Amino acid sequence: MSHPDTPSQPKRRQIMKAALAASGIGFLAERAGDAAAWGSYGTVQPPATTPFVEPLPVSGQKMPVASLNPPAQEFAAVGEAGRDPHQRWNTFPPAKFYQVQVLEATHSFHRELPAQPIWGYDGTLPGPTFVARVGEPILIRFYNMLSNTAYGFGSPEICPHLHNGHVPSESDGFAGNYYSATKFGPTLRNAGAFYDIHYPNCYSRYDISPSTNGDAREGLGTLWYHDHRDGFTAANVYRGLAGFYLMFDDIDSGNELDTNPKALRLPSGVGQYDIPLVFSDPSFDASGMRVFDQFDPDGFLGNKFCVNGKVQPTFSVARRKYRFRLLDGSPSRFCEFYLTKSSVDQTFIYIANDGNLLPAPLTLSKVRLAPAERGDIVIDFSKYPLGSQLFLENRLVQTSGRGPDDVQTPGTQLLRFTVDSEAADNSTVPSTLRAIAPINTAVASVNRYFQFEKRNGSWVINGATFDALTPAFAVKSGSTEIWTLKGSSGWHHPIHIHMEEGRILSRNGAVPRAEEAGRKDVFVLNPNDEVKILIRFGDFLGKYMMHCHNTVHEDHAMMLRFDVVP
Amino acid sequence: MMQTNTKRTFLMALGSAGLVPLAHGVPERGKDATAPGPAMRQPYFPNVPVTTHEGKSVRFYDDLIKGKVVIINAMYTVCTGSCPTNTASLLSLQEALGTQVGKDIFIYSITLQPEIDDARALKAYAKKYGVQPGWSFLTGKRDDMEMIRRKLGFYDSDPIADANLANHAGIFRIGNDRLGRWMMVPAAMPTRQALVSVLNII
Repeated sequence: MSHPDTPSQPKRRQIMKAALAASGIGFLAERAGDAAAWGSYGTVQPPATTPFVEPLPVSGQKMPVASLNPPAQEFAAVGEAGRDPHQRWNTFPPAKFYQVQVLEATHSFHRELPAQPIWGYDGTLPGPTFVARVGEPILIRFYNMLSNTAYGFGSPEICPHLHNGHVPSESDGFAGNYYSATKFGPTLRNAGAFYDIHYPNCYSRYDISPSTNGDAREGLGTLWYHDHRDGFTAANVYRGLAGFYLMFDDIDSGNELDTNPKALRLPSGVGQYDIPLVFSDPSFDASGMRVFDQFDPDGFLGNKFCVNGKVQPTFSVARRKYRFRLLDGSPSRFCEFYLTKSSVDQTFIYIANDGNLLPAPLTLSKVRLAPAERGDIVIDFSKYPLGSQLFLENRLVQTSGRGPDDVQTPGTQLLRFTVDSEAADNSTVPSTLRAIAPINTAVASVNRYFQFEKRNGSWVINGATFDALTPAFAVKSGSTEIWTLKGSSGWHHPIHIHMEEGRILSRNGAVPRAEEAGRKDVFVLNPNDEVKILIRFGDFLGKYMMHCHNTVHEDHAMMLRFDVVP
Repeated sequence: MMQTNTKRTFLMALGSAGLVPLAHGVPERGKDATAPGPAMRQPYFPNVPVTTHEGKSVRFYDDLIKGKVVIINAMYTVCTGSCPTNTASLLSLQEALGTQVGKDIFIYSITLQPEIDDARALKAYAKKYGVQPGWSFLTGKRDDMEMIRRKLGFYDSDPIADANLANHAGIFRIGNDRLGRWMMVPAAMPTRQALVSVLNII
């Protein structure tokens, strides 16, 4: 047994890191010590895979169904998991209905790895992409078709959550609302084979301005849906339960030819010039089967990088602008992305953080994302001649669940772009994007302080671990609050708040960087960081959560329930 | 508490998709398609010899984990920090689980001080707390106990924090070896919620 922190280890790791970087894998294949590895696998050495032979998969758009049987209704149907009735059912009658089957299916991460079982929404990894519009409420019936006796990490009760969604509590994927045909979580009344989830698709501040569906300055863009099963979120999402949910309105309209003067006409066409990219880092054993560590409380790091479920894929692009929606979908890994051509850094336009369009675009050459964070970028390939190859690479080194270490060049090339065709481009990236409401701290009526730390082998917020049945506190609907999020030494925690977004007032006393000065739902706490945010609650009531989105920390109970009350 | 338990057990016993009508056109639940690769079935835990508080010598994996649903924590008999509350919390969970403990579910407490906690000391501890059958306190060689502790994730990756016994893990590792499924419940979690976690992993 080697101890993860024996003095000899770091040196060996450095050497391995350098060797692997040179080999083009650029990944610490060995886990940090036996204790952290999946048992008898000891050191996990995956088979080599040839980069840039797999085409980048782009998930299909989820299509609605004409009707559901039994019909969707306010109160849980017979056979449905015992949820609370839908809030504001008559205010937001669903305009479209969807049906998703959560299935075990076979997936190929790479042609040189064995096809293997995954869990997926409709059996795909990532799941189908939802395209939603403000003012068009939808209802999704999620069937849990997983086997009770599924073997290995994860648990086959599900709890679909819309990350960044402004949604009613009973449709939020509260961690205690997990269900299967035979089992149910502590905040449901009975088991059920399905669960109807209702997304109003309104802006936040609906109650202040119902005639406009809320405040357009609160418009959302790149959301994702993923499993939130209490105690098993890391493993269930890792198994494959994640997909994109994109929201459009008359500003971010998804139409380059839009004649509405309000329309931004950003690169458009989901799956064509508007491409969601989920980054993940699975770990494969020597036989090429995916493995997971159910015991290491620090976090989980993989040994290969996937984009949209394929190891180091390649993507053919035309000489025009594309919008890429980057999501760090890994349990614990932070990434810093660079765009390179012939090893030279390229700039791109950064338009959205956590899926929210910024007031104005930024020209950047890197974007750092923590688990669950999103960043939308526009790359203009018309700058490059036909035949050019560009790479999206990650230069952030991370060797433990504690968080990232340092930036190292060259990084790992995750995705290759091959510029191989011409195409018309009617898109624009205007100099102003979505207006943002001014910050007004004077209206804040409550201050709260949250300390995130490790205690006695679990992760705590203000000394407490998650209790699904007891709210840590209640916030009054319509109230504005200032929350101080405080980290601890040696650890990074990406803190996610459900239901409403916040604005960073200060990070360690200073104003936030431009990238994170907009609305956010993930607030990264670097070691000892103190981040103050302004947050307002409204429109929906009930139980919600705040938690660390290093999902291993989350499952080791760094999560709290808060209730929004009238 | 027992009411919830009984109701849930009953519901789970019913446990068949057939009771729940599926909408037209939706396929039936798949049979166990989760055939894991052979690698997944490799035992994770060391099969080292350990001694129970009853003085029985057993193999950690073969005799205590294999094919079972288990709840495991870490403790030492002279601990005056978190152990008394953790033990009380586990006792309350044992009570809530009732007769299932020792039959379907087994509880283990591994000592962090095997040099001090021999079977006799552990037995006295179990007696003092009124521990019921189905719950074994385990000791063994230091290296073996250390390996078990690490495999369970009962450690801190900061060696200084790890060496501080006062900071030892106050968590329950809950697992179903038949399904290869493991989770964690903090010792401080209310019994009613810990109970749901255990019953849902069976």
